[in-house]
Amino acid sequence: MGPDMATAMLGEDGIHIDMNHLKKGEVNLGTSIMAINFKDGVILGADSRTTTGAYIANRVTDKLTQVHDTIWCCRSGSAADTQAVADIVSYHLGLYGVMNGQDGPTTQTAAALFQELCYENKDQLSAGMIIAGYDKRHGGSVYSIPLGGSLHKQSYAIGGSGSTYIYGYCDANWKEHMTEEEGIKFVKGALGEAIKWDGSSGGVIRMVVLTNRGHERHLYLPDNGYTGPGRARPATT
Amino acid sequence: MTSIGTGYDLSNSVFSPDGRNFQVEYAVKAVESGGTCIGIRTKHGVVLACEKIISSKLLKPGCNKRISTVDRSAGIVTSGLLPDGRHLTSRGRDEASSWRQTYKAPIPLSSLASRLGGYVQAYTLYSSVRPFGVTAILGGWDSEAESGVDGQVGNGPAAGAGGKVDDPSVKRGGPALYMIEPSGLYWGYYGAATGKGRQAAKAELEKLDLNSPDCALSLKDAVLEAARIIYVAHEDSKDKEFELELTWISALDGPTKGRHEHVPKELLEEAEKHAKKSLEGDDEDEDDDEMEE
Repeated sequence: MGPDMATAMLGEDGIHIDMNHLKKGEVNLGTSIMAINFKDGVILGADSRTTTGAYIANRVTDKLTQVHDTIWCCRSGSAADTQAVADIVSYHLGLYGVMNGQDGPTTQTAAALFQELCYENKDQLSAGMIIAGYDKRHGGSVYSIPLGGSLHKQSYAIGGSGSTYIYGYCDANWKEHMTEEEGIKFVKGALGEAIKWDGSSGGVIRMVVLTNRGHERHLYLPDNGYTGPGRARPATT
Repeated sequence: MTSIGTGYDLSNSVFSPDGRNFQVEYAVKAVESGGTCIGIRTKHGVVLACEKIISSKLLKPGCNKRISTVDRSAGIVTSGLLPDGRHLTSRGRDEASSWRQTYKAPIPLSSLASRLGGYVQAYTLYSSVRPFGVTAILGGWDSEAESGVDGQVGNGPAAGAGGKVDDPSVKRGGPALYMIEPSGLYWGYYGAATGKGRQAAKAELEKLDLNSPDCALSLKDAVLEAARIIYVAHEDSKDKEFELELTWISALDGPTKGRHEHVPKELLEEAEKHAKKSLEGDDEDEDDDEMEE
């Protein structure tokens, strides 16, 4: 397969997936990530496993990345690619925030920047991202940018290799306008199943809750069956 | 100007000893003899108007428009050297479209004013260029719609986004009016006027009390007032024929649905009639006064 081809292509005899699209030894986020809308904003969630082939390079990775005060993203695919994209978006949003004073960037602005980068460089990148954020004008919003660089606004989004195992779980348990507790329970339940079934997902469950209070991190450890410790840091405004 | 002949007025990018850039001041002079242009900002929308002096009877009436649309929801009118105004308008369109390409959303008027202000200012810095011989009035309406990202698929939760703040301090679009001067200086206004008749126009604009929170001027009233003010400002150069040009932009639920457009023919005619009538009224009053003396 030529270097300019995407990781999956449709031939006469079906879809062919290039299993070796990563460079030898490249660090991969074989991952379970998701983000949901709830009553007061959004919740992002992710497992914490990073792999290099079969080797777990990091068991406590943070795949939830801040790109502005209350705009975050979940990263899946190549760790290097997604970090680079998030860094570029973070730079643009920072500049936008400084230049426009009080009305900082919205989640829409961030999603547009992510999409442009992912689409224009689709041949080079292996990045599947979920953008979720809270702003006063729009409230919470969740965007999914899968491999080709398309942009989907969704009620909730799941991604990464582990997501294939939880489409049924999410469809059966999803409801709109959940409370914060219900939302956390939904994300934890879904990611718990993804980690259970997906070999390349595992470790701890991390979450970020974005509301008008700012951002709050949550952490759930496998040692106690993902029951705690829960909220990790006090709210920042 | 007393400093003429001292040499400090010959080059851009050179200050005079008392800290002035004469080239910029001469550019302002070019604007001061241009046709009058005004902008009115109300709660319901923005109106732009200009006095187009007819330079030849062979020009087709209603053509060669002077107020242009820069983006769907933004208009620009310039007074001074016409080609400079055309170039600035073209730059405005480029800025609006490059913003859309990057952010997948329309450019906010404040950002457009900032970009154009920066562009104009750059032409005061170099000896190889001259400043813009125009003052531009920029009017528009930042959309209050939940428009999302251009090209996105899907709409998110059917229940709507959670955690939206229902607070009047949260900006959700609205009217905007800016004026950019040859120095690159730009400020936001409730009412703006430039060109030959600016003094008379400013005096009329101030009477409208546009900055008062209980200003009751409707968008249609603003159109009529704009026409009247252009006619009032024309009084001093009565010998020249002119044509009135009027554009407006309203909220999404208003007559232009958030777009910058020329006012419809019927309204333009009504506004012209209203303006002429109010001027005649003034004349009658004056006559009455004279008779009483």
